[in-house]
Amino acid sequence: MIHLKDFSIGFGSRTLLDKVNTSFGKGQLTALIGRNGSGKSTLLRAIAGLNRQYSGDIILDGKDIRSLTPDRLARSLAFVTTERTRIPNLRCEDVVAIGRSPYTNWIGRMQDIDRHIVSDAIRSVGMEGYAGRTMDTMSDGECQRIMIARALAQDTPVMLLDEPTSFLDMPNRYELVSLLRTLAHEKAKCVLFSTHELDVALRMCDSIALVDNGALHHLSVTEMVKSGHIQRLFSSPDLSFEELLWKNRK
Amino acid sequence: MRTRASFLFIVLAALTLFLFMLDLSVGAVAVPLRDVWAALTGGDCPRTTAKIILNIRLIKAVVALLAGAALSVSGLQMQTLFRNPLAGPYVLGISSGASLGVALFILGAPLFGMSASFASLGIAGAAWIGAAAVLIVIAAVGHRIKDIMVILILGMMFSSGVGAIVQILQYLSKEESLKAFVIWTMGSLGDVTLSQLYVLVPAVMIGLAVAVITIKPLNLLLFGEEYAITMGLNIRSSRGLLFLSTTLLAGTVTAFCGPIGFIGLAMPHVTRMLFDNSDHRILIPGTVLTGASVLLLCDLVSKLFTLPVNAITALLGIPVVVWVVLRNKSVTA
Repeated sequence: MIHLKDFSIGFGSRTLLDKVNTSFGKGQLTALIGRNGSGKSTLLRAIAGLNRQYSGDIILDGKDIRSLTPDRLARSLAFVTTERTRIPNLRCEDVVAIGRSPYTNWIGRMQDIDRHIVSDAIRSVGMEGYAGRTMDTMSDGECQRIMIARALAQDTPVMLLDEPTSFLDMPNRYELVSLLRTLAHEKAKCVLFSTHELDVALRMCDSIALVDNGALHHLSVTEMVKSGHIQRLFSSPDLSFEELLWKNRK
Repeated sequence: MRTRASFLFIVLAALTLFLFMLDLSVGAVAVPLRDVWAALTGGDCPRTTAKIILNIRLIKAVVALLAGAALSVSGLQMQTLFRNPLAGPYVLGISSGASLGVALFILGAPLFGMSASFASLGIAGAAWIGAAAVLIVIAAVGHRIKDIMVILILGMMFSSGVGAIVQILQYLSKEESLKAFVIWTMGSLGDVTLSQLYVLVPAVMIGLAVAVITIKPLNLLLFGEEYAITMGLNIRSSRGLLFLSTTLLAGTVTAFCGPIGFIGLAMPHVTRMLFDNSDHRILIPGTVLTGASVLLLCDLVSKLFTLPVNAITALLGIPVVVWVVLRNKSVTA
């Protein structure tokens, strides 16, 4: 689905990723992990077409994303950023309906099929009861779900999410990631999300991409645990990973 | 939902029409509404009355109608584009930029030996260039514009800067052009001549037509530029269209009516509250109607008490701005 070819990117004068080659496949839930400032967001933004300052290629479904028009890219890839979006006076169903933009006409007129997809999207994030409410009266977790429903309405084979779990408490975190897993497995989407929650990543994802000083280690969860990368990168004198990793090996 | 919007559109359209007629009937000589209607539709009424309505008052009422609509739509575009509830043509300094253009034209041209002819297109052109220049500066610092403080400070600096340049120009100018300029700065809907109207009407109409094309981009921009791009927005062309539209709308009105504050800032908020919606398919026609009717109302009040229209728009607009600021505090706190 997504192939990175000799992909290098930096931030200012710092190189964050150097000549990375990997791919993220259909029907796979991948967690992107790494220390603060390691380049997780930068990578996601580059794949989403928001940062073009990279060398190498990002190939989406066989095509270089640089060759895709914004409209075409929006039909292939949906992105949920860390930005907390709360638009007053806009009902949740209207927020989700904006996700249909790549398919609607110049004024955004919805057809029956669009309305159908919007209500499906709202249902699959479990927010049917909120369709008529506005986001300024909702919790962070609820808003996050609506923004994911919006990305779902975009009906794209690829979905990227930047730290979708960071405002959520533990039950909500697990619920959200299991929702992403269902989407990846049942709708055969390629879902890639960045996170700081190692436990969630190890327990719920198919593979893990670890940003490590310019390299990107992309392995299945079991291989990642065996490789020792996580212990090396995240351990501190106060924290032992042996126990956590052992517990998570299913 | 649909029924509420339709109902409001009908009420607002009727209100605008009524205020338009009322604006024609009020003045030094009161004309009954029945005669106003007759004069407009070519019906039976005294010939002097028809003359007063058609030759004198009609121009001013049309200007109020269009200026109100234009400033409000421009304010809505800026508020959504910069995601800042306090944006508007006046606050952002777009009106100041237009003023500077006009000042340079009226005061500056004679200094260089050119005749400051009040050719309507010249004034409008100068205002468009000034407005567009300010928009380009704002766009250049655009990533910081989300901060309300930054925008207010920038707007203040623009206005002060323009004020200083205008003072220098005034100091150097001849009495004749100075007088023309001072009258212009007072802001008036009534000084527009018929030949200026021939520039104002098409310019505002084109501005509004472009605004209709920007409805879908504006809806996407509610989510911020990055989200808008990932949902397929071509940001360059959309921003270009929005700037073109705002330049035509705010620039033209400022050129011919002088700086009129608060309408552009306040009316989008009033419209959002009335319709309880942020969808621009409703907000654009909605602000056209609220802006037009409120500026007609301001014109009526200014005629009844012989006050400058600027003062009335400020007195009406300030409570709205205070309300927006207070409400915004409670959201972020």
